[in-house]
Amino acid sequence: MFNLKSPILLILFCGCFFPLKSQTEIDGLFMGKRNICGGFVYGQSQWQKYWEGDYLRTNENIGQLKSRQMSFMANYGFTSKTNLILSTSYIQNFTTKGTLLEQKGFQDANLFLKHELWAKNINGFLTSLVAVAGVSTPISNYVVDYLPLSIGSGARTASMRFLMDIQKRDYFLTLSSSYIARSTITIDRNSYYTDRLIYSNQVVLPNLWNHNIRLGYRPSPDNYVEFTGEFNNSIGGFNIRKNDMPFPSNEMDMVRIGLSGKKEIIKNKGFSAIGGLTQTVYGKNVGKSFSWYSGLVYQYEF
Amino acid sequence: MNFSRFTYNLGYFFIVAIMSLGCNKEINERNLSFAPLSPSNLDTTGGNWLPILLSNNEEFALETPEPITSQNYKLELQEVRSIQAKNELSELNNFNYWSAGSILRWNEILRELVAKYNLPPYENQDGTYPIPNPNNPLAYPLFPFANPPYAARAYAYVSAAQYDALVIAYHYKQKFKRLRPYQIDPNIKLKGPEINDFSYPSEQAVIAGASVAMLSQLFPGEQDFLQSKLLDCINSRLFGGYNVRTEIEAGLKLGKQVAQKFINRARQDRAGKAVGTPSDWQLFVTITENKGETPWKSLESPARPPMLPLFGRTIGFLIDTTEVVNGRPTPPPSTSSEQFQKELNEVLEYSQNATRENMRVVHFWGDGVGTYTPPGHWNAIACEDFVQLNFSEIRWARNLALLNMAMFDAAICCWDAKYFYFNPRPSQMNPKIKTLTGVPNFPAYVSGHSTFSGAAATVLSHINGLKSTQYNAMAEEASRSRLIGAIHYRSDIEVGMKMGKSVGNKAVSRAKSDGAE
Repeated sequence: MFNLKSPILLILFCGCFFPLKSQTEIDGLFMGKRNICGGFVYGQSQWQKYWEGDYLRTNENIGQLKSRQMSFMANYGFTSKTNLILSTSYIQNFTTKGTLLEQKGFQDANLFLKHELWAKNINGFLTSLVAVAGVSTPISNYVVDYLPLSIGSGARTASMRFLMDIQKRDYFLTLSSSYIARSTITIDRNSYYTDRLIYSNQVVLPNLWNHNIRLGYRPSPDNYVEFTGEFNNSIGGFNIRKNDMPFPSNEMDMVRIGLSGKKEIIKNKGFSAIGGLTQTVYGKNVGKSFSWYSGLVYQYEF
Repeated sequence: MNFSRFTYNLGYFFIVAIMSLGCNKEINERNLSFAPLSPSNLDTTGGNWLPILLSNNEEFALETPEPITSQNYKLELQEVRSIQAKNELSELNNFNYWSAGSILRWNEILRELVAKYNLPPYENQDGTYPIPNPNNPLAYPLFPFANPPYAARAYAYVSAAQYDALVIAYHYKQKFKRLRPYQIDPNIKLKGPEINDFSYPSEQAVIAGASVAMLSQLFPGEQDFLQSKLLDCINSRLFGGYNVRTEIEAGLKLGKQVAQKFINRARQDRAGKAVGTPSDWQLFVTITENKGETPWKSLESPARPPMLPLFGRTIGFLIDTTEVVNGRPTPPPSTSSEQFQKELNEVLEYSQNATRENMRVVHFWGDGVGTYTPPGHWNAIACEDFVQLNFSEIRWARNLALLNMAMFDAAICCWDAKYFYFNPRPSQMNPKIKTLTGVPNFPAYVSGHSTFSGAAATVLSHINGLKSTQYNAMAEEASRSRLIGAIHYRSDIEVGMKMGKSVGNKAVSRAKSDGAE
């Protein structure tokens, strides 16, 4: 009886998290002053196994949970040290087995302000410290208490990331950590069980940590390839009980590794292709998902 | 524009945003702000109301309490004074919680246990399913699987036992006329509203005794939890200045004795055999095929045996088995009929045009896995209204007993029809039908939600006539949620609603003659 029932900013359980990997909130790169960049990315993710607490299982009433996502992004350079990034996604989630109705729609709008705090060349190591502040809010009234099919958590969020980027010749390392605060959400029911029965339609979602490591080869800001590691941690939350539905306030943790890159397509015309893939290698109350994305960005200087 | 200042201002804004979103996480829980119970009518004649199982209101004897002039009683007053003198915050919070009403709180405890145990067992490696074992409740799969029929029965037994126990208690209260400690000892402070009836036996202890005895049978893995709630309940009465210890002990004993009578009944009501055997399960298929109809099939993978297929034979409180069979509804449209096709297409339409509002309605009334079930939902609705109506504890108990006996018997009638006709769910007949909630693992005709809701709205409309229109509208919405959720045909919900109302009326008839009106 798998009937029903989130994002690290987007969505953890269904694993469809494809932020644009070009001058985003998780890299140390900046757009030039009065440059504008826009792009779109198509991505897919899927899982067949998920962690119920620590227990990795399949569910024949779901088969595979598949997610398709189209993301749109714009990035504006106020200065070469201060960028503003806007993004949103359209998401479709469906199962390959069972009877549960698919969910689709526009998810959240995300806004990031990225600012270089400090940069210095230390013995050939170009080192910079960057702060990225973000807010997000749902832009449609999607169903949040219908996991794993819900397309998002329904929370408004505010986040703060600190990032260090070190480059030596063409090689780089980026380390960052972000704290994501999430608002309470409203669900369609007026009572629910976590580790006790709560008589409310409001749900407290745990706040999140996201730690990120990126290591790669970057001959120019528009041409790079990198290895990525991502650690997502829910600060609190509870485990899915055996054979229960997932719930938005579950403790959702995951470790993902991946590869991504960017390549300038036509030299000096501002067109670049981006792409990447990730695999969830460890998790708690999330799907063990594999995902890939690919997209096109265009940069224009006023 | 100075971008540096701009940036810092924005940074400041983000920090404030993080603080306000991430740190302010208070939610309003409706049941934690209920006012203390202050009955508008003490129902001092409650001892003469018609009990459910008891033959008379002195079926269990109660010792005459010692006179208030006795040394022992003085020591008991001393105990209350010393508990009050400690003046601990935890005691005060506990008192405030329980002062909203004992029937209310034990009903909430039951709802919580139902939600906790309402999880279908996970499959074995070979694709079969384990069956929970009452003799080993803490081994997986936990006993019980508190699905809707199990829950309906649990709510009924607990409420009925509480009510009978209070009938006897109210009788003895009037017989012994023991004053409350705060009325005798001016040094004992009354912590809540004045309740000027008598205190021997303590009605809260009677309720607690009956509740814990019943719940220990229904949820045998929860002994520790139940004992801790029992202790909290008792302490709140001492702390509040309402009772001394012997009044509580007498009440606990009485409640337990009455509950034992219900436990004995429950052992023989046939519900224990409702799971059936593989040959029972196969028989439903054969009988249905012989009628030329398509038999129900589990839509779960691996296929799960049908939920409590013999529950329709359970002996209810208001309707006997013969009446269940005689009152069985006419058959649903034949799976090969034009009418069936029409109804199937209607479900497909709802599946393909699932609006956000329909999703809201379906999920609001879903009451599926991991919830307190539809009967629990109606208990919550009833209780949230009753707290406004200032009933005495015995009237609370009587009203919830009427509600829950009606829903238990509605479940029996509904389950009887489901397995007599054994008809398939819409998604079985047309796999294109995707559902807005999980498909329950039992036949479609008639809809359980509709039957429960019809019964509940009928009883609640009688108890609280001013809200009759709202109760019926809620029942209609709950019923309709199953059609627009694409898991039931129109016939299921319409006939289910009718069935529920008819069972509800049995409870109303009882209500009119039980001496409480």
